[in-house]
Amino acid sequence: MKHDNISKEHRAFLQKSRRKTGVVNAVRLGLLLLLLGLWELVTALHWADPFLVSSPSRIAKTIASLYQEGTLFYHIGITLSETLIGFIAAILLGGVTALLLWWSETFRRILEPYIVVLNALPKIALGPLIIIWCGTGSRAIVFMTILVTVILVILHMLSAFLSADEGKVLLLRSMGANKAHILVKLVLPSSLPAFVSMLKVAVGMSWIGSIMGEYIVSRAGLGYLIVYGGQVFKLDLVMAATVILCFLAALMYFLVALLEKKLVRT
Amino acid sequence: MKEILAFDNVSLTYHTRQGEVTALKGLTFSLGEGEFAAMIGPSGCGKSTVLSLAAGLLTPSAGRVTRKGSIGYMLQRDELFPWRTIEKNLYLPLEVQKKNTPARRARALELAEKYGLSGFLKRYPSELSGGMRQRAALIRTLVMEPDILLLDEPFSALDYQTRLKVASDVSHILRSEKKAALLITHDISEAVSLADRIFVLTARPARLLASHETDFLSPDPLKRREEPRFSGWFETLWKELDP
Repeated sequence: MKHDNISKEHRAFLQKSRRKTGVVNAVRLGLLLLLLGLWELVTALHWADPFLVSSPSRIAKTIASLYQEGTLFYHIGITLSETLIGFIAAILLGGVTALLLWWSETFRRILEPYIVVLNALPKIALGPLIIIWCGTGSRAIVFMTILVTVILVILHMLSAFLSADEGKVLLLRSMGANKAHILVKLVLPSSLPAFVSMLKVAVGMSWIGSIMGEYIVSRAGLGYLIVYGGQVFKLDLVMAATVILCFLAALMYFLVALLEKKLVRT
Repeated sequence: MKEILAFDNVSLTYHTRQGEVTALKGLTFSLGEGEFAAMIGPSGCGKSTVLSLAAGLLTPSAGRVTRKGSIGYMLQRDELFPWRTIEKNLYLPLEVQKKNTPARRARALELAEKYGLSGFLKRYPSELSGGMRQRAALIRTLVMEPDILLLDEPFSALDYQTRLKVASDVSHILRSEKKAALLITHDISEAVSLADRIFVLTARPARLLASHETDFLSPDPLKRREEPRFSGWFETLWKELDP
């Protein structure tokens, strides 16, 4: 709210709350710097073996050398595209499935036990099957990403669709609305907040899916770097890839949060 | 007076896995054009079922429901869509009924203007008071230009003061638009203060117990509450409901 003439008390209150936000941000950043500094110090003084725990400067060097070799953005690009394709495909597939399940109660009752079992199944158990069916390329990884994410999307969206307000359904029906009207006018718009909060969870799931996929089968990508680094005991590489992953996952999460701010009225 | 809605010996039985429940058994009553009727009965007697039947959302198990004209349904809560502005909420019935023409939208805005909503058209429902929201819900119902209004305890979610004001509001609007209305309520004083005709239902399975025509001097619910005969009517209905 904008007020030109606000009271003294209110101005003081605003100042105080702004100062508090500033303190929180400063301490957040300070904590990160402190941890990085400690990590660097402990390894520089050889209290901990940098060969085993790496260190911020070694991670930075590793990332820089990946960049100089020209493979940094190659690996990032591969993992990012696998994650995004899997993410988007899972959202579309899951969204449409949830719609069909909402549309027909019979269909819903038939498929319910299958969905429950698929949800409980640890998807990594399907690893060997996925390699045999999809080969050892990116297809297998995208498939794994979809598999991990899609059930979550279905369950989340179905429960949002089904929780559309009964009174509003009755109101629409009294106006002569058919099922398509109820879907378009009520169910879809009222599910928007649930959709965005689902996106937030699905972002995390699709990263799990793509990295898990790369663990099982891959020749490139951040997950590949982590597995490879582990096998040849180059923990700097493992750490560097993990740090990059952290950045990417956070970036994707913030983009979704931004979308939420734009889409959802509070 | 011409009949606009008639129930002829209507029965309705609900079936669920747990068993069957007879909500109405041989219910007969009728509503005239432009008449404001209220229906009271013990709670859980199937009053809302009557409205669903009148609206054509349910089919009677036996008997006949005859309706000459279109209906508008007003519910306990305003059911305004929170993601739409008041203006867009008023257009909702037009969109659903594929009558979203400039002329009908202009008519909707005219109604909004006439009944004091024009300042709120660009606002969202959450920015309006409970009373204002219920008024917006009524205007949304009127936008459909219904011949009969079905009111399902439309004031029961409001606090007492707002409730009296909104009831008076609704009564004034419906009378000046000359609409027939069937109000379902469990509040005897609300029924007496608003309606020209009062139907009393029995406990489930509901039948018609009595039908009264009230004889107030004023159509205004607030003035009616001050008339001496108000308490007489209240007592009569109270005894019928709780013999």
